[in-house]
Amino acid sequence: MSVSTVEALAEQKYKYGFTTEIAMEEFPRGLSEEIVRLISARKGEPDWMLEWRLKAYALWRKMEEPDWARIKHPPIDYDDLYYYAAPAAPAPKSLDEVDPELLKTYEKLGIPLNERAALAGVAVDAVFDSVSVATTFRETLSKAGVIFCPISEAVREHPELVRQYLGTVVPAADNFFAALNSAVFSDGSFVYIPKGVRCPMELSTYFRINARNTGQFERTLIIADDEATVSYLEGCTAPMRDENQLHAAVVELVALEGAKIKYSTVQNWYPGDEQGRGGIYNFVTKRGACRGRNSKISWTQVETGSAITWKYPSCILQGEGSVGEFYSVALTNNFQQADTGTKMIHLGRNTTSTIISKGISAGHSNNTYRGLVKIMAGAQGARNFTQCDSLLIGDQCGAHTVPYIESRNASAKVEHEATTSKIAEDQLFYCRSRGLSQEDAVGLIVNGFCKDVLKELPMEFAVEAQKLLSVSLEGSVG
Amino acid sequence: MPGWKPPDMTALPTRKLEAWRYTDLRPLTGITFATPPALSAPDLPSLDLPRLVFLNGAAAPEFSADLPFAGAFVPPDAEDVLPLAQINAAAARDGATLSVPAGQDAGALLLFAQAGGETAFAMHPRHRIVLGEGAHLTLIEIAKGNGEYWHNPVFDIALAKGARLEHVRVQQESEAAFSLCTIRAEIGEGAAYEHFTAAIGARISRTEIHATLVGEAARADVNAVELLRGTQHADVTTIIRHQAAGCPSRQVVKAVLADDARGVFQGRVEVAPGAQKTDAYQMTRALLLSPRAEMDIKPELEIFADDVKCSHGATIGALDDEQLFYLRSRGIDELTARAMLVRAFLDDALAPVEQPQARGLLDEAIESWWRRS
Repeated sequence: MSVSTVEALAEQKYKYGFTTEIAMEEFPRGLSEEIVRLISARKGEPDWMLEWRLKAYALWRKMEEPDWARIKHPPIDYDDLYYYAAPAAPAPKSLDEVDPELLKTYEKLGIPLNERAALAGVAVDAVFDSVSVATTFRETLSKAGVIFCPISEAVREHPELVRQYLGTVVPAADNFFAALNSAVFSDGSFVYIPKGVRCPMELSTYFRINARNTGQFERTLIIADDEATVSYLEGCTAPMRDENQLHAAVVELVALEGAKIKYSTVQNWYPGDEQGRGGIYNFVTKRGACRGRNSKISWTQVETGSAITWKYPSCILQGEGSVGEFYSVALTNNFQQADTGTKMIHLGRNTTSTIISKGISAGHSNNTYRGLVKIMAGAQGARNFTQCDSLLIGDQCGAHTVPYIESRNASAKVEHEATTSKIAEDQLFYCRSRGLSQEDAVGLIVNGFCKDVLKELPMEFAVEAQKLLSVSLEGSVG
Repeated sequence: MPGWKPPDMTALPTRKLEAWRYTDLRPLTGITFATPPALSAPDLPSLDLPRLVFLNGAAAPEFSADLPFAGAFVPPDAEDVLPLAQINAAAARDGATLSVPAGQDAGALLLFAQAGGETAFAMHPRHRIVLGEGAHLTLIEIAKGNGEYWHNPVFDIALAKGARLEHVRVQQESEAAFSLCTIRAEIGEGAAYEHFTAAIGARISRTEIHATLVGEAARADVNAVELLRGTQHADVTTIIRHQAAGCPSRQVVKAVLADDARGVFQGRVEVAPGAQKTDAYQMTRALLLSPRAEMDIKPELEIFADDVKCSHGATIGALDDEQLFYLRSRGIDELTARAMLVRAFLDDALAPVEQPQARGLLDEAIESWWRRS
């Protein structure tokens, strides 16, 4: 491909880069005990929740930002951020009360919030900056006994469940960003699937960062009781801005006996422009606990956005025969940096885990897989299979693989393999000779490279993910 | 030994350093390491090879061959970036200095190091090996001993264009000893560094190999086996830096762990921008023979060039019951069958060692380890 075509294509489009002008309510910049109290008060939280937050805040104050990941960024000024931003109008009771501007935003994003939602059969909990705006299909879900609501509401209405599980998978002291989130989390989703219930529809949350200089700190807690099953989708976008924005979420999953949780993410936060200006700093702690026998937690992620991704969705395989899965595609272009992977901690007997990670680096980006497989002494008969493949597009980018494999049980079997390569000339030539353009050929090959992961996504997400991969690669091939 | 200084224990690396995550050197800190005592009657192996002998870290010319390419000890630079090499730099008082001129085939040479004494002592030899253009050397190294000591050798190796160094190490140190060896090799255009370590002895051992491929089509082969029992701990750490285009590197590391032993392999392949057509391969396999053994593996790839082929694989598991059953059903007794499977398991790490004397030495070392375990 000629240099001029490359340059022409280098104008990468980020179609979610619009902003929405609506009145926002923000707390003053910076973080203090006062802000934590304000957030808690605004949410009408009970005392125990405030106590919990303050404890986390005190911990955070003493912690230092981790520096072990392969990412570089100017120091984050935690006192220059807004920790709470919400649409100014009081919380809506139904969709009709939702600010039409906001609905238009979601329409642009293609979220099935109204009638289309019914066709798509998706229940959406949309988080706009920090507050859950509307939650659809609650009736259908409540008939099945499923609780799907903003976590702020769950704190008020299902305190016994929240108190029992919140922070038990990711304690506040777990890491710097988890502590920060525990102190200031403003909203997020709460899901409870009762015993023996298969959730009647896919649950979905759409996150969007809209306001300037805000951090988004959502917190998600999903509990699948004995023999319950749920599939949860999460998508993320943010407007284009020159400055960097912080996103530090925590997701906790709890699977009890025989329960199955499938958690799928398409992360398309604004990645910054082609010079590396702006973009989201995505520091996320996601962890699932397979507490019951034969429970299963499956993470699937397609990460194409964010200037920085720091994210390691993990499974603690405690219950006998429990299963953990991690399927990941991480694509970086321009000056994006991704340091992502998983941890599989095998505690119980006959636990199994599968890790499939596909990293694609283009432009000047750096893409790191970092993962841990740990077989504890009691994990008799445990089994792990890991495959990490990296694809390099261009000679200015980096692809890195940092797996940690620790086995303390002779009866366990651990297998790991990793490869790094570029797109084969003969593959490209084959596609080109069939009349595909260079761009389409690369898109096709990249999608093929990611197939093992994409096929794990629910159908509507798989289509979006494929498109995203092609769009994110625009301007990177030549 | 003249000019001897006690090692600087404050400079020891701790587990807080990522490179030392799996190997804890705290057991060394409680020990007072004295001046190495004199050792006069070595237990020399019956290998028909010219040899250089080091006894408790000091050269023993009376037992050594007079080699035309061996020179006087050259003190190392005072400053070093690696913590163990830094300790060595401050304390090194002796070591082999070999310089094979261009075009010369120096054949095979035995570097024999023996240690022993009543009280704990430390020795920090600094070996230098320089091969001129197209030169060749096979260096067979045996390290053994008894009692409590700390052997902290550093090898600085430079290979000019087209040179080839085979370096076979049989580490059979005392099971009360600490054996921490640092090897740095700079490999020029078309040159080859072929390394093999058998880590069999020592209470705690580490073999840290930095192989830097600086010229086109330079090659590094780093193979190792860890054979451990009791509460032994062995760590093989490799850093292969591909800095030039068209360089192959190959690493195969096998660990067989009995009792409460712990094996570690950390291997990083770095491909610099511009090091196109790199072909890097790395494989680690561990066999846990006991339910209490532990293996920790960290194979790392760090790649900044796109036209490369890099892969690594790792497995950890036990002996395969089906394979054992197959052999048993052919009338082979359990112990022999297990020995056969372990030997077969090690085979592709050993295969690159072609020098017959080195090969014989390794086979014997593996055999005797198996008999004792």
